[in-house]
Amino acid sequence: MRRFLLYAGVVAGAAIMLFPFLWTVITSITPEGSLADGPKLIVHNPTLDAYRTLLDAMPIWRILTNSLLIAIASTLFQLVTSSMAAYGFARLHFPLKNVIFGCYLATLMVPLQVLVVPLFIEMKTLNLQDTYFALLAPTIASAFGVFLLRQAVTAVPAELDEAATIDGAGHLRIFTTIVLPLIRPALATVAVFAFMGSWNSFLWPLVVIRSPEFMTLPLGLSTLQGRFTTQWDVVMAGSVVSIVPIAVVYLLAQRHIIAGVAHTGIK
Amino acid sequence: MSTPTLTRPRTEHPPRAGSRPRSAGWKKLGWVLFFLLPSAIPLVAFTLVPMVSSLWVSLHKWNLISPMKWVGLGNYSNLLTDPTTRQVFLHTLIYVAGYLPLVYAGGLGLALVLNQRLKGRAFLRATYFLPVVTSWVVVALVWKWLLNPANGLVNKVLEAIGLPGPGWWTDPHWALPAVILSSAWKDLGFVMVILLAGLQAIPSDVYEAALVDGASGWQRFWRITLPLLSPSTFFVVVISLINGFQVFDQVYVMTGGGPSGSSQVVVGHIYDLTFRYGRAGEASALSWILFAVILLITVVQIRGQRKWVHYA
Repeated sequence: MRRFLLYAGVVAGAAIMLFPFLWTVITSITPEGSLADGPKLIVHNPTLDAYRTLLDAMPIWRILTNSLLIAIASTLFQLVTSSMAAYGFARLHFPLKNVIFGCYLATLMVPLQVLVVPLFIEMKTLNLQDTYFALLAPTIASAFGVFLLRQAVTAVPAELDEAATIDGAGHLRIFTTIVLPLIRPALATVAVFAFMGSWNSFLWPLVVIRSPEFMTLPLGLSTLQGRFTTQWDVVMAGSVVSIVPIAVVYLLAQRHIIAGVAHTGIK
Repeated sequence: MSTPTLTRPRTEHPPRAGSRPRSAGWKKLGWVLFFLLPSAIPLVAFTLVPMVSSLWVSLHKWNLISPMKWVGLGNYSNLLTDPTTRQVFLHTLIYVAGYLPLVYAGGLGLALVLNQRLKGRAFLRATYFLPVVTSWVVVALVWKWLLNPANGLVNKVLEAIGLPGPGWWTDPHWALPAVILSSAWKDLGFVMVILLAGLQAIPSDVYEAALVDGASGWQRFWRITLPLLSPSTFFVVVISLINGFQVFDQVYVMTGGGPSGSSQVVVGHIYDLTFRYGRAGEASALSWILFAVILLITVVQIRGQRKWVHYA
């Protein structure tokens, strides 16, 4: 009996988690006219009109591509810059190392909001508004990534490096052939956070992007809402378009994503 | 790789005093620069420089166009006496106070249940985590539609069971709760996953010992699970507070801070100050005040953790 209630509870909860997604799809294929008295679970005459309106209203493919490109680029950049810095902090000895590492950690604590105004001015002065570079710039390096990966590199036994050094391997060889393969789980975690962070980021694109050609999905969606205030079918069609890619990525890499997130919380 | 290199170092480095350490030093510096510069340059250019210039801007009156005018700490003192500042901080505080208990209680409940041997456990975990990967803007839009006062699904359901559905984002009293509810829905899975990891780190022999001693389920929960889960709880609370005080996306999309400012939060106000009212100096000052508040709260928590966080 207790077990049954438990099941009933979690399944009901899962329904609450999934239902809004289902509802988004249903709304997007309901003819606009019949939305006024609220959509129904079963759509009698489904239509793709909302998606057509969406395609006419904004370069949705371009926006989708923008989001993907920026997310992938930002993930790759962070993996490279963070892993290199992590190796530097964990394996090289140099003066002021702890002070410099402290500076990295300090940038971790500065909220984006503090940076938004001057970063916007910086981009405006360099005439970089409305460019891919402006979207990408703040996410090329991440102190969080450096911190996480440094922990991972430190955990790699130093004897491995020493053995390789005796065999004549230099830092670059040790880094690429010994350290990187051994810290793969941590790299995956950084990749997950980098991708999700870029894919979902809103405030920075909102500030720095004006023209539709450089918009990312969250930004495109929010402007959509302003233009189609009452056309919920179009707004929901846009939501479907932006949920599908990330849901596919999530379903494919779900185990790693969940494990990666769990990884950050463990002391 | 396999060539014996035992004799090579001797021939490569002739023992000339003085020259070797210096060139080795430069070589070492080269490696340090090689490994650190790729991250240091962007961090300096896009974090450190904006940080410093933000501090500079916060000491000026500036509308982003005409020349800056030095006002010293004027922006800060203006903000501290401005009732709007108090209001947006109050709303942010209400948001955090509503959101945190909701996600923690919900996430803990889910973690406890999904830590047991249930059929379809992996599928359920994946389902609860799905909203976490969805962007805030989508979540806010979808919930705005579900909570639509006129014909939203939630109010239809409430009507059907004889409850009057509130005006959610059109009623000043309900706008903030609407944002809190949708945020909690989105982040529940995140908290669940962190707490699940914490639960799995608790050694099972502790429970076995407690069972032998005849501890009831309730006692095991209060005396073992909660204390041993405290490092994960600590992590969730610190992260949630930091993120909670920076809440913006969902408010901007769902309510735009309205109706009549009733759900405006600190970051929304920073955005409006800069891009709607052209008061960049005050906006920068406010973002530093927000940073100071977050830092203070975080430091207090880290100091206080000794009192309640137990590491197994």
